[in-house]
Amino acid sequence: MHDMLAEPQGPDAVQGAAAPSLAGAVRLSGARPGDKGIIVEVRAAGLSGDHGVDVDELQRRLLEFGFVEGARVAVLHEGAIWRDPIAVRLDDMRIGLRRRDAADIWVLLDPR
Amino acid sequence: MNDVAMLQGVDSGAALPMSRVALVGNPNSGKTALFNALTGSRQKVANYAGVTVERKEGRVATASGRSLSVLDLPGTYSLRARSPDEVVTRDAVLGKLAGESAPDVLICVADATNLRLVLRLILELKAVGRPMVLALNMYDIAQRQGLRIDLDGLARDIGCPIVATVATRKRGIDDLLAQVDGLIAKGALAGDNTWHEPDAGEIRDAHREAQRILKAHVRAPEFPDTFTGKVDSVLLHPVAGLAILLTLLFVMFQAVFTWSKAAGDAMTDGFTLLGAFVAHHLPAGLLTSFLTDGLISGVGSVIVFLPQILVLFFFIILLEDFGYMARAAFLMDRIMGGAGLHGRAFIPLLSSFACAIPGIMSARVIDNKRDRLTTIMVAPLMTCSARIPVYTLIISAFIPNRSVLGVLSLPGLVMFGLYAAGILSALAVSFVTRRIFWRGAVEPFLMELPAYKTPDPVNVLRSLYLRGKIFLTRAGTIIFPMMILVWFLSSFPGAPAGATDPAINYSLAGRIGHLLQPLLAPIGFNWQMTVALIPGFAAREVAVAALGTVYAIGNADASPGALATTLQHHWSIATGLAFLAWYVFAPQCASTIGVVKRETNSWLWPAVMLVYMTGLAYLAALIVYQVARVCGLG
Repeated sequence: MHDMLAEPQGPDAVQGAAAPSLAGAVRLSGARPGDKGIIVEVRAAGLSGDHGVDVDELQRRLLEFGFVEGARVAVLHEGAIWRDPIAVRLDDMRIGLRRRDAADIWVLLDPR
Repeated sequence: MNDVAMLQGVDSGAALPMSRVALVGNPNSGKTALFNALTGSRQKVANYAGVTVERKEGRVATASGRSLSVLDLPGTYSLRARSPDEVVTRDAVLGKLAGESAPDVLICVADATNLRLVLRLILELKAVGRPMVLALNMYDIAQRQGLRIDLDGLARDIGCPIVATVATRKRGIDDLLAQVDGLIAKGALAGDNTWHEPDAGEIRDAHREAQRILKAHVRAPEFPDTFTGKVDSVLLHPVAGLAILLTLLFVMFQAVFTWSKAAGDAMTDGFTLLGAFVAHHLPAGLLTSFLTDGLISGVGSVIVFLPQILVLFFFIILLEDFGYMARAAFLMDRIMGGAGLHGRAFIPLLSSFACAIPGIMSARVIDNKRDRLTTIMVAPLMTCSARIPVYTLIISAFIPNRSVLGVLSLPGLVMFGLYAAGILSALAVSFVTRRIFWRGAVEPFLMELPAYKTPDPVNVLRSLYLRGKIFLTRAGTIIFPMMILVWFLSSFPGAPAGATDPAINYSLAGRIGHLLQPLLAPIGFNWQMTVALIPGFAAREVAVAALGTVYAIGNADASPGALATTLQHHWSIATGLAFLAWYVFAPQCASTIGVVKRETNSWLWPAVMLVYMTGLAYLAALIVYQVARVCGLG
């Protein structure tokens, strides 16, 4: 869990020829505690509905918090009501976010 | 004077101009602790011109005798400002902030154990081109975790000096000051400012660069922090976590309510005694009335809030410094979010059960402007402790002490209903506000859950002292004149010679009361009630004493029984119930209005609050009165 700094699949790995395809990737908004994997795409699609900010702004905020392609993400906890929001470990940080805000983050999950 | 002369003598002999330093960093990086370590008690807190963002400035002298003015800027992850606080940080760094000159040197404060995001911020700051020093704070924790940072390599890579600091133990402070001093002495000038708002691609690039820097100079911790993860598995547990949060909130609420009550009561008694003393030793007259009922009770009405504010903020600061506040917001987000509020809004709303003043002040924990405003606007609907004397009086006069279903008492049930009405209306108003007026303005909820840390007692006390001072100087200066205004309305003009009615009847308040009476007749209020509402604007509980005054019952506070009996004779049950309904909603508190003015920095929002709450109060009282009359209680 804590060797993120030495993680071989850093952003550089994504840059390489073997960039993972979106095939098999899921939205982070649908993930459950225990799910972990690597972020393959952060979109500005805005399928998550009615935001106070536009989709590009949401995308930039996600990127700023470190939700970038190649980052490792693991869902740690979820809220009591409608399992929302979720707490994730993102590389070496912990972040809480609502599921609706996580819909544009696509994750390739590790096999469980 | 001597000190200054000496310092100048030690130095080159010429007086050095004051240099400006600004602290920038991510939230939770220990920036405020570093600010305290740097400046000690030489701090000044105010607001930035035109916005309700706290401006914290302090002074410190370097070893060479140069005096520095240090500005503690609000924490941010990026210069791409998203909240009023972050706008201040961006503009201050860019030197564009109205009324502020650009800083000569930036100190970027980083949590040494959590460098990834701050590295991206550093890259943005580098683009601004100002001379900068990086303070790697909480370095002791990094060392304990066995985190290896190649300071020289990192400094070369990012192109600015680095100082390892432990702000809470004042370690590295002299070194940091020496580096700042060195940059200024060297005459390091601001380079070209190439900063612009990064787009998505540039943010990705910056992350990649930060990742490269991290890989090159930082080795993963040998003993990573597992404590936070373990604590989180309990505190963020869907069931246990919520149970712990509710217990904590209960303790907090109890503390605000009971601990501060003793202190608050003692102060109220003190001011009452002082008033009585003055009244006893001065001839009765206008001056004495001004001193006792205006000045002393006006000052008193400001001071009595202090214990509640201190107790509440003690908990808030402690929980914030421990790192729990973000968890509490996480747990409450769904409940608050249902009403269109941010998870953090639960603290202001909960505190408002004791008193809306500390509640509204604590709304500063919410970053987003609209979220903060909505919270401030609904906070006074929560049943504050000042409503209790009014509720108790009316309930004891009009609600028969019967038991319901064998176990519940009817008065207790009514009291519960009044509390529930407050909570439900607060949630309903915020829901309607967010659905109708600020449609779709729900901000994304993205929040770092910082590693748990032991709060530093000195920092906690310093923050607490600051809160108290801010309340007394800012809120006090607006609450006090309002109290004087209420006194003026209730005392001028005085009663004519040989008058038989209570003096208030002849005053401006009395006249306004009589004037408004036809307006309030549909909700069952007689002129005595309408008159009592005017001094009742001083504070909700004052209504009890004011009713005593208009019904000419001395000392109504001390013996509410006599007043209750009188009210039974003069009011119908429908009127009594309408009065209760009125008090659930009515903004009968000048202090609240004053503090809303302070916190929103405008008269618009207090005016909106006054209108909407009075409207709700009128509507509620009207419905209750008319329904009760139809039911034969008129």
